[in-house]
Amino acid sequence: MQKLNCKEVSVLLSQTEDRRISLLERLRLRAHLKVCVGCMNFQSQLNFLRRAIRQHPALKDEDE
Amino acid sequence: MDARETNVSDALAGQDQLAAHRDYLYRFALLHLRDDSRAQDVVQETLLAGMESRSGFSGRAQLRTWLTGILKHKIIDVFRRQSREAPLQTEAEAESEEDFADLYFNPKDRDHWHTFPTTWGNPEKSLEQKRFWEIFDACSKEMPPQIARVFTMRELMGLETDEICKELGITANNCWVMLYRARMNLRQCLETRWFGNSS
Repeated sequence: MQKLNCKEVSVLLSQTEDRRISLLERLRLRAHLKVCVGCMNFQSQLNFLRRAIRQHPALKDEDE
Repeated sequence: MDARETNVSDALAGQDQLAAHRDYLYRFALLHLRDDSRAQDVVQETLLAGMESRSGFSGRAQLRTWLTGILKHKIIDVFRRQSREAPLQTEAEAESEEDFADLYFNPKDRDHWHTFPTTWGNPEKSLEQKRFWEIFDACSKEMPPQIARVFTMRELMGLETDEICKELGITANNCWVMLYRARMNLRQCLETRWFGNSS
């Protein structure tokens, strides 16, 4: 199975948020993330960003 | 009160009722449109629409939800128009995949980040800090217009790729490239300016 480099992983991680990825893509991702802390951190950070945006102060209803 | 008085006082009460939501709607619009006068315009239109077809809402929350729904549609209308009227990409948006990748990865093998993403620890704590959001907003402002539109529609409004493509007249791939760039830049900006990892 051809290995992904970090750049390809960053692109794929971003795309997992917007489309369904294939089994092969998932396997290749997992193989890379097992051995790459940088990309693992990147993944957590993407997840965090997604959650964070939805809690932007401007969206808060002051009466809630 | 006779019928005329009832209608006038109804109308005035209605205006007050709607005005109570103006601030919230304006903040919402400004966050999405990033432009003060456009935000004011869509809020005005929304409140007008509210005046015209206001029916009995049982509570403030219901009315706010309804008005916000109208506002979202008007925001999407603005995005659709802007996207179709400004088809020329900015320099940042037209950057090739290679050039963009060089910003973040070693050109030789793309298997090394220029700045290795560190761990952010417990980033949720940051969400309670005003200063974090000031930096977040500053970082968001750097997004080029079309990228900002796509990012807003996806992340703030929760639209799916195909809906975004339909409204803005772009391909799915365009959409994903722009979201990727938005996320990469935003992430780096926050890491540099807040979570403390200067490149």
